[in-house]
Amino acid sequence: MITFESVTKRYPGGTVAVDALDLEVPDGRTMVLVGPSGCGKTTSLRMINRLIEPSEGRILLDGRDISQTEASELRRGIGYVIQQTGLFPHRTIVDNIATVPLLKGWPKAKARDRARELMDLVGLDPAMARRYPYQLSGGQQQRVGVARALAADPPVLLMDEPFSAVDPIVRATLQDELIRLQAELRKTVVLVTHDVEEAIKVGDQVAVFYPNGKIAQIDTPQRLLGDPADDYVENFLGFDRGIRRLAFFPADGLDLQAGIVLGDGTTVEQARRAAKQAGESWVLLTDAGRLPRGWAALSDLESRDGREMLAQMPLAPYGHTFRVGKDSLRAALDATVLSRTGLAVGVDDQGRVVGVTSYERLRAAIQAAEEAADGQGARPS
Amino acid sequence: MSWAWDNRALLAQDTGSHLYLALMPILFGIIVSIPVGVLCVRFRWTWPPILSLTSVFYAMPSLALYLVLIDYTGLTDWTVIIPLTLFSLSVLIPNVVAGLRSVPQPVRQAATAMGFGTLRQVVQVELPLAVPVIIAGLRVATVSSISLVSVGQLIGIGGLGYFFTDGEQRDFPTEIYVALVLIVILAFLADGLLVLLRRWLTPWERARDTRATRRALSATVRGSRAEGVS
Ligand SMILES: Nc1ncnc2c1ncn2[C@@H]1O[C@H](COP(=O)(O)OP(=O)(O)OP(=O)(O)O)[C@@H](O)[C@H]1O
Ligand SMILES: [Mg+2]
Repeated sequence: MITFESVTKRYPGGTVAVDALDLEVPDGRTMVLVGPSGCGKTTSLRMINRLIEPSEGRILLDGRDISQTEASELRRGIGYVIQQTGLFPHRTIVDNIATVPLLKGWPKAKARDRARELMDLVGLDPAMARRYPYQLSGGQQQRVGVARALAADPPVLLMDEPFSAVDPIVRATLQDELIRLQAELRKTVVLVTHDVEEAIKVGDQVAVFYPNGKIAQIDTPQRLLGDPADDYVENFLGFDRGIRRLAFFPADGLDLQAGIVLGDGTTVEQARRAAKQAGESWVLLTDAGRLPRGWAALSDLESRDGREMLAQMPLAPYGHTFRVGKDSLRAALDATVLSRTGLAVGVDDQGRVVGVTSYERLRAAIQAAEEAADGQGARPS
Repeated sequence: MSWAWDNRALLAQDTGSHLYLALMPILFGIIVSIPVGVLCVRFRWTWPPILSLTSVFYAMPSLALYLVLIDYTGLTDWTVIIPLTLFSLSVLIPNVVAGLRSVPQPVRQAATAMGFGTLRQVVQVELPLAVPVIIAGLRVATVSSISLVSVGQLIGIGGLGYFFTDGEQRDFPTEIYVALVLIVILAFLADGLLVLLRRWLTPWERARDTRATRRALSATVRGSRAEGVS
């Protein structure tokens, strides 16, 4: 656990970069510091490993004042990842990663074995072990940076805009990998970013800074999106926070319609009846394995002989599906918006149709989720 | 040319002493300039005065220094070695400082953040990365030193410089040419050895050489092609 107790940093010249910051990062959680440029995020982060000393207040690590621990001793227990990677150009990848274990006095062979383990953990090809950093792409270098920070298995990991220098696709991959690693390793992570999306995606908790080094709000991403503390936070979050918040509600809260999901043995007559009974103007045809094939319109069904087979009808593409057990209401809403029929297909992990959702059903699920969130999210005053 | 053959023993001996007189100052220069350079980078306020001092060393006429030193060190090698050491410092210290400053800030910061102690950081991270710039300075200092030794002949200690004054007095230019060629060869050899030294000390730079880069590139291409197939 990292605790900031009323920490202030005043630079020579009078800039107050961090102003009476109180912050608590629980063990095994990811705290994201986010805010506009110059708001004191980096300064806050660097005070944790004593690259910068606070002017006032103190920082505790597991209850111990960090100023009481010798700086390099403290730092060997804290991983540090920065945007520019700071890899050693003169050391091979494996030796870069082995840096902290070697500093801690591990035998060279053991440190290298550990480094290779980490290359595997962060998804680096073992063939890169003997290359130098400049022979890697930006994204690969950043992976080495993460591996190097994790090499001595420190309980704490500090990351300063770790993914800002790579292109959006690589960035998204690295963010996903961080989430995966964090689920496995459960480090106490403090990550700095100026990208709200990133904060919301990777943070268990997000601290939003005002431009002047004070905290505007600390909350879970979901609560931040649902209940911004003031106009500043609301503006900072961006305009579509309502929809982004749906990403935190699982799609299995949806009451799916299964009555209009019909197998390939269905006749047109049966399909007409199913559609009318459900009050929908489309039915979904599936194959024998319950994989979706396409939509048939009720208006088409009306003009056909009832003894024809549904499988013979012209079908509209079923479009994007969402996975009921895995995806969020946001994905379900997205699939519905994109669908020509105003209906979206929910599937299980094997792609088999579970049921169909509509705007009405989404609305009900969102309302229920909001109520549940409000119930448990009642803010301690 | 038969003169050179006839006097080969003398030439060899003077070549040896020439190298000794030229390289001892470089050795001392390295030993002094590295800690001083480190100091100048770590305590910034020490740099301006030390820079001024090195400029003085650079500008000081070596002949004047020889004459001053004779009173203290007499007609020994030191009378030549000391001024040349000061000269080498005037080249080496600024290069050590420039080399250390060429270490990218994020690299230095990452080292500190990982828990390197001050000394260890200098030795294991900053100096290795400064090697290319330091050796560039070393090449200038070494070649200059090899050429400047001959000035010492004015007080009678000048390695191959002996043949310059001797050839002049005897009006025998061959002698002058032979010594001149030998000095140039020495300078070239020393310079070449330093280039080799740099390559040996900086394998990560060598990897940037075209051949290695091409190899690395083709390996990458092969790698991605293999990925595409699988
Ligand atoms: N060494 C320093 N000396 C003086 N002022 C500084 C120093 N470092 C940072 N500052 C100032 O402190 C404030 C906070 O800087 P900091 O680097 O913490 O911002 P940041 O939130 O990380 O910004 P960015 O998103 O641009 O990286 C800024 O106004 C900056 O100019
Ligand atoms: Mg910053």
